[in-house]
Amino acid sequence: MTHTAVYRSGRVFFGDEIDYRALLDRCLALTPHEVITAISDSGLRGLGGAGFPTGTKWRLCRAGAGDEKYVICNADEGEPGTFKDRVLLTRSPKQVFSGMIIAAHAVGAAQGIVYLRAEYAYLREYLEQQLAELREERLLGDGFDIRIQSGAGSYICGDESALIESCEGKRGTARLKPPFPVEYGFLGKPTAVNNVETLAAAARIMDRGADWFAAMGTPESKGTRLLSVSGDCAAPGIYEIEWGTALREVLEMVGADDARAVQISGPAGEMVSASADADRRIAFEDISCGGSFMIFNAQRDLLGVVRDFMQFFVDESCGICVPCRAGGVVLREKVDLVIDGRADQSDLDDMVQWGRIIAQTSRCGLGATSPNPILTTLQKFPEIFRNRLQQQNGALLPSFDIDTALSGYGEAMAQLVEQETR
Amino acid sequence: MTIQIEIDGVAVTTEEGGNLVEVAAESGVYVPTLCYLAGKPALGTCRACSVKVDGRVVPACTVTVTEGMRVEVDAPETTDMRKALVEMLFSEGNHNCPSCEKSGRCTLQAVAYELDMMVSRFPYQFPERVQDHASDKIWLERDRCIFCQRCVEFIRDRATGKKIFSISRRGTNARIEIDVELANAMPPEQVREAVDICPVGTIIEKRVGYDDPIGERFYDIESIRDRALERHAE
Repeated sequence: MTHTAVYRSGRVFFGDEIDYRALLDRCLALTPHEVITAISDSGLRGLGGAGFPTGTKWRLCRAGAGDEKYVICNADEGEPGTFKDRVLLTRSPKQVFSGMIIAAHAVGAAQGIVYLRAEYAYLREYLEQQLAELREERLLGDGFDIRIQSGAGSYICGDESALIESCEGKRGTARLKPPFPVEYGFLGKPTAVNNVETLAAAARIMDRGADWFAAMGTPESKGTRLLSVSGDCAAPGIYEIEWGTALREVLEMVGADDARAVQISGPAGEMVSASADADRRIAFEDISCGGSFMIFNAQRDLLGVVRDFMQFFVDESCGICVPCRAGGVVLREKVDLVIDGRADQSDLDDMVQWGRIIAQTSRCGLGATSPNPILTTLQKFPEIFRNRLQQQNGALLPSFDIDTALSGYGEAMAQLVEQETR
Repeated sequence: MTIQIEIDGVAVTTEEGGNLVEVAAESGVYVPTLCYLAGKPALGTCRACSVKVDGRVVPACTVTVTEGMRVEVDAPETTDMRKALVEMLFSEGNHNCPSCEKSGRCTLQAVAYELDMMVSRFPYQFPERVQDHASDKIWLERDRCIFCQRCVEFIRDRATGKKIFSISRRGTNARIEIDVELANAMPPEQVREAVDICPVGTIIEKRVGYDDPIGERFYDIESIRDRALERHAE
């Protein structure tokens, strides 16, 4: 087990212990329609990052064709900088599993799967034991059961359709959408895939009521969410914040006195400025946040951060579509050019144009968000790029090294001379 | 049911449920494709048919037409996007048309000509890729693979339905693989089908080469656009 500090909690997550038997008895006595209505009324949106309304997802899944349905808990927490799901699974596994039981009742599923990322394999035995306890209490195993499936260490499997492919024993690649998993999911059956935190929130909503939950947050983002705070601050760890909290308040809360930039939602999200964006709010309608909150102070080399993030996408691209597979590499090469001081303005223009093409034509969210480290950092901190640019001198681009370009010719000539004089 | 859609500002009447690539071709608008095969499920891997549908960029091969759909094929932005994707393919692999057995019947080459590509705007990667000669009948020229997945999905062992081709590794390290045992069991006509289904010169039949002289092959004689549009005019 790992121990991560939880600094602020109490309302939705890690708070009062829930009486699971009472909660589940009460929920299972409701009609599925009543459960779905309660979740919809609460305004709960997917906390994995995409923010799709959870009640709508369950309703669509329930309406899907056939009687065979599945619920999947997405515990493939792979976005760099997030560790909230790990802490939830460690401290409140039964809250998460209760959320799955409630979801299964709502959509009409007999089987649930926890897709556990490979790096959390050490949690598996502990989670199996928690499931066994629920079975002993007859809260599981009677019409609905949960099994754990281990991932194999691939970021793309956080995408719900790639996750389903992986659950089916196939290569982890994103499916074409539509159809969405709520219509055509695991084994082609309607499937509701929800993030760990979403399921935990659903259990609390059914315990405390939709109105209680909806009273927190903002018009578009109800309730609270967990932030995984890391980087240059006094107290990194887990924080539960009400949606709508300003960036400034979060930075004060975590003791980030000299923050310059914050990477929100990991590499796939956006780089924001600690000063210029201080009054913006963490909410779907302003700074949307998937839980990752990485703080960088003025001593950090942000270009190096951008470079590492681009390399991350190069490493994690599944390779099924052209823009993500081939485009990520050329973008990373451009960042290298800037870092090496061999870029000029045309290279920055290329990055923006190529980034836009990759974002628009990629098959899934991985490719669509992969240019974000460049595009959002360039927007907030253009000077870190511009300060390293060279002026084009004459007809040659600064990135063109004539000696290197001609070296092959020299080598070939030398070999030829050697052969001919032999 | 008959529906109306709009392609590049022109009203098009068609049947509901058609594939956008086909509907566009019927109305005389060519949408370049690499991985798409008429009548087969869309693969959506090459993205070279990206168009705008109601303002959103989507691969046309995955779109089923519905009433009132507004499609932009020939807008400068979408045209450049498609060209960029083809250029990316040329920069990520090793495509030497003059020495390739597939020249003149290669879809990638034909589409590149059609899109007026002269050189890739992206830096050439010159990857080192190893050929695979292990099967008796097929030789895999990995330099040219564009990972379209046509062979992976549509060429299967006739007895078991198992995949003969597959992709290993991921991202830029992705690699086309062949199951030698299953490949050796392929009947001659299936080998020919695999060669023909490959839009580039990756799947090559051993002992057969240059059967048609280069310069007299189908794309040498008629552009891919004309061939695609003619198929519908007939």
